[in-house]
Amino acid sequence: MDEFVDISLTLNGRPVRRRVPVRQHLVDFLRTELGLTGSHVGCEHGVCGACTLRVDGRAARGCLMLAVQADGCSVETIEGLTESGEIADLQEAFVARNALQCGFCTPGVLITAAELLGRGQPMDRAAIRAFMSGNYCRCTGYQAIVDAIEATLRARLERAASTGDGGR
Amino acid sequence: MPEGGMDRPLPIGVREPRARARRLVAGRGRYTDDISLPRMLHVAFLRSPYAHARIRSIDVAAAAAAPGVEAVFTGRDIAAACNPWQGNHALFPDLDSPPQYPLAIEIARWQGEAVAAVVAETRAQAEDALALIEIDWEELPAVVDPEAALVPGAPKIHPDRPSNLALEFTTAKGDVDDAFARAAHVIEETFVFGRHTGVTLEPRTIIAEFDPTEERLVVHQSHQAPHQQQDLYARLLGIPEHKVRVICPDVGGAFGVKLQFYADEAAVAVIARLLGRPVKFVADRFEAFAADIHARDHRITARLGVDAEGRIVALDVDDLFAIGPYSQYPRASVTEGGHIARLTGAPYRLPAYRARVRMVYQNKGLIGHYRAVGQPIACAVAERLIDGAAAKIGLDPVEIRRRNYLRDEDFPYTSPTGVAFEHLSLNRCLDLLVEKLDLPALRAEQQALRAKGIYRGIGIASFVELTGPGPDYYGQGQVRVSSQDGCIVKLEPSGKVRVVASATDQGQGTDTAIAQVVAAGLGVRTADVHVLLGDSEVCPYGGGAYASRGASIGCEIAFRAARQLKGNVLKVAGALLQMPPDALDIRDGAIVDAEKGVERLTLADIGRVGYFQQYLLPPDLQPELAVVQHYVPRDQAYIAGNGIQASYVELDPETGFVKLLRHAVVHDCGLIINPLLLDEQIRGGVVQGIGGALFEEVVYGSDGQMLSATMADYIVPMSSEMPDIDVWHVEAGIGREKLGAKGVGEAGTAGAMGAVLNAVNDALLPFGARIAQTPCTPQRILRAIREARARGTTQSH
Amino acid sequence: MKAPSFRYVRPTSLEEALDVLAQADGQAQILAGGQSLMPMLAMRIAAPEILVDINRIPELAGITLENDLVRIGALTRYVELEKSSVVAEHLPLIARALPHVAHVAIRNRGTIGGSLSLADPAAEMPACALALGAEIELVSKSGVRSVGAEDYFLGLYETARQPDEILAAVRFPAARSGSACGFYELSRRHGDFALAGAACTARVEGGALKDLRVAMFGCDDRPVLAKKAAAEVERRGTSPEALAAAAEVLAEDVAPTDNVNGDAETRLHYAKVVFRRAVAMLLESTRG
Repeated sequence: MDEFVDISLTLNGRPVRRRVPVRQHLVDFLRTELGLTGSHVGCEHGVCGACTLRVDGRAARGCLMLAVQADGCSVETIEGLTESGEIADLQEAFVARNALQCGFCTPGVLITAAELLGRGQPMDRAAIRAFMSGNYCRCTGYQAIVDAIEATLRARLERAASTGDGGR
Repeated sequence: MPEGGMDRPLPIGVREPRARARRLVAGRGRYTDDISLPRMLHVAFLRSPYAHARIRSIDVAAAAAAPGVEAVFTGRDIAAACNPWQGNHALFPDLDSPPQYPLAIEIARWQGEAVAAVVAETRAQAEDALALIEIDWEELPAVVDPEAALVPGAPKIHPDRPSNLALEFTTAKGDVDDAFARAAHVIEETFVFGRHTGVTLEPRTIIAEFDPTEERLVVHQSHQAPHQQQDLYARLLGIPEHKVRVICPDVGGAFGVKLQFYADEAAVAVIARLLGRPVKFVADRFEAFAADIHARDHRITARLGVDAEGRIVALDVDDLFAIGPYSQYPRASVTEGGHIARLTGAPYRLPAYRARVRMVYQNKGLIGHYRAVGQPIACAVAERLIDGAAAKIGLDPVEIRRRNYLRDEDFPYTSPTGVAFEHLSLNRCLDLLVEKLDLPALRAEQQALRAKGIYRGIGIASFVELTGPGPDYYGQGQVRVSSQDGCIVKLEPSGKVRVVASATDQGQGTDTAIAQVVAAGLGVRTADVHVLLGDSEVCPYGGGAYASRGASIGCEIAFRAARQLKGNVLKVAGALLQMPPDALDIRDGAIVDAEKGVERLTLADIGRVGYFQQYLLPPDLQPELAVVQHYVPRDQAYIAGNGIQASYVELDPETGFVKLLRHAVVHDCGLIINPLLLDEQIRGGVVQGIGGALFEEVVYGSDGQMLSATMADYIVPMSSEMPDIDVWHVEAGIGREKLGAKGVGEAGTAGAMGAVLNAVNDALLPFGARIAQTPCTPQRILRAIREARARGTTQSH
Repeated sequence: MKAPSFRYVRPTSLEEALDVLAQADGQAQILAGGQSLMPMLAMRIAAPEILVDINRIPELAGITLENDLVRIGALTRYVELEKSSVVAEHLPLIARALPHVAHVAIRNRGTIGGSLSLADPAAEMPACALALGAEIELVSKSGVRSVGAEDYFLGLYETARQPDEILAAVRFPAARSGSACGFYELSRRHGDFALAGAACTARVEGGALKDLRVAMFGCDDRPVLAKKAAAEVERRGTSPEALAAAAEVLAEDVAPTDNVNGDAETRLHYAKVVFRRAVAMLLESTRG
């Protein structure tokens, strides 16, 4: 029989309390209990990256964490990152470059890319490809994704250089 | 106005981003699994652990009593409420695939075939209960190897069929044996093309709901062809077709995987009907690998005869095609073998040609219609042999192709297998590739590096692809797959435009392309056009997405419908302005004087009059501000496109690892509607082709157990290993009466495998080694080098 | 693909965790970073009665340098190793191996203790522990014991850790001046488990290698020190020909079997290649 536990977490900046079955992974919890369907379930064994979320400021696979483990954590999803405007430039670059087709991988790709951008370090295409190597995309062939990230990174670094704010 | 007298105005040809993409990057996609309905239940399937086994008995009592479980169904329970089906095709009357049922009844014929269904409050509870189903299995001998399957006395997969040979067919033109006898050189190779599968990131997903009070079935499904599914659910479940509605919301990748009719999905529809409650099934990744359609799996022996100058005198192709235990429904698994027979060597003048295809039943998953269906293999076989002939004669691979291509003066042309090509631009594509890549410089670099012990390979591959099929193939095959598309274009009273069409989108950007051609045909901006797709109840009847038909048929009819609406709008405008309609035009959403371009009315004026103030019009003028049109190509069986690809690789001869340095495509897709979308279609297709060439393989053990059932074992291309891909275009062969777009969705996949295979073999040349098996894994490459070394054919290097 | 039911316990101290394990009679599984255990649960390969989540035990985390020993708490995540100046300075072998470990999101959660506990034969950290001669701290109700890496990896996913023990930390000797390291692996895709790999350390004395330790991974059922081949290098020298000759005796060190990545012959061949390349990289690093 399922065991349930009460958890409270900060979700996209707001407090949330729920009772969860202990065996439920984090992305199932977000999708089914909270209706945050922007995070996707692709493989449920940690390979594809479609469920990538941000937990306590870092990208994490939503299928490789139990919901109960998010107790006390800060969890951010594509919905939160969109509403905060943090990755608006990246999202715009993805649309302009057509760096997505079916869009199923895209929220996870964007969250991984947001971490890359957050490091504020210059990266060449090979390094961007290596950084993104844990996010499967069946549609694009990756080039447009790399282009969009590269363009956003360059623009941020240029902006940082002109304002001296470290690229964030 | 371009040649042909038909204007193709803006925004055709503009790099417009997709409206849908804005929604998807914001996490606002709505995929089937994002939908939750009141009282919805979840299904999990018990799947056969054996490749071939008899179900002696099945006991579901304990599972039915498990927590959260609503019902458990066996094969017989479901079969009672669903007609069986057979994946046959009347153009191949010898194919008589046995009836297939939603769940296996007596015998399971592949590992992963569904045999029982548990319906529960949650998927986790349903999976818990699966473990409580008791089946007494009698394992039967598994038939896995297609050659062994044909040996007399081999265990039969279908006892009431004469053998495991599902179908054999031959096509021939010219005296092939005589031509080979007179050939200066004959190049022969035996190829093994491994199994692939589509690996859509969103797994197959379906929610079926049946309302017994209305006797109405509504299915939300991640699928490419809603009308096809409507027809199937209606016929197989015995529900009047007007009471079946299939809605395809956002689809997370399809590639032909989601074009099929799946037994487990049929079971979901039946269960929804039996329970009267919505039922959801989401294939998990194990189920995706085991039960999604697979593709390829061919053993081909092919011979190419050339004269002393390298001109082709004959080509002979013999394909042994392993299709799993049934022919896939409704399209039949024959298509892939058919395309190989139809298209091998298609870019070339072939004085004599013969192809034989033998389709064989075996205890593996079913073969369906994955992106580019057979065409990558047709390309790879011919292009390997051509390179082989070039090497034998000492000709450059570019030169031997030039000597053999179909030329401008050959068109219109009918191939040895009876396919009509209106026009192909083979030489132009090759010329552009040579120029853009600077192929001579690349060759020089390759040679210079070879001297330093760096082994690079250059491979090129020409391909002809068949897009946008008309009714000849499925229609005459008595397969209820529609070759037409329909489109409604209507002017809203405000002057904005709505489009409802039968084409579907799984990320290609078909909706955006339709909006663009409607905008162009009508004379408005793309942003003023909204496109709705994917609902069998609302959309005009049509085939959906398959065989690269979105642009060639879906956009063609949208353009025509828009032009008809334009005519209707101008009739109203002419009456209001008391001017002949042909003196008026619509530009940027305004009715203008055609000659001077002066604005006379807005589309909102037409909407207001047309919907509310008809008294302003002559009594005999009924404004028709919504039009519906349908189109099916009748002049040719297929719209043939063509292109060429090049691959540049580096081989580590010590490990057999291949690094992709660069890839290039030159493609002729006729009219370009949106270069932004077009190029990414091609790039994505190339990477799937590369996957098949180097990485991806559905592996089964000799007992029919799948050994590649996770994403850690089935290796898909990821970003780090993929090269940047150049895409260039030749716009040729645009017809006079049409919009003139050809298909593009499969071009990348059609040519990539051949190009990579040739590049790898080019890199292997100094070692005297050859590889003719895909994927070219490091181990297989090492073996090829080792064997060459053992033969003593290694060149000094 | 949903995990089976289990009981979930989240102790906040090591003592509490050990109590749970002591009472679980071998039916408990420890959840650290979860990057391998969670897939095993989803696939129902693992079906523990009790899941003991050790992520909230503060004493299991952290990197400290004391007396030429770097002590890394079991819960230390790869991302913290990547960012650690102690690791960069004193454990250059680990620093070299880290980019090969999976992908960003996995490295953000995965822990060194989890990797050493699972003991995947193709994983990087167990091989580094072996090459560096690490000591593994195992704690139970009856106290702490230290097991050398050479005695810790016992077989396929099998270690010296008992069911009632928690791997609390791993202690590495800090790199000394004059020492060097090399790391090389072959994997089909960036971040995949290795087809074969080698992690090595040595002292460089007058152009010769002393105390060469080469840990092979992905070549056997566990990480294995290539003692015979390393001795051959010390005997024959470091020319490419000598390295190749030394690699030829690897069959006495590792015994690959046929698997999905290749037959035994190919896997042994790969072992030789990665052995040579890792040692060559070590040599290259000394030429600075």
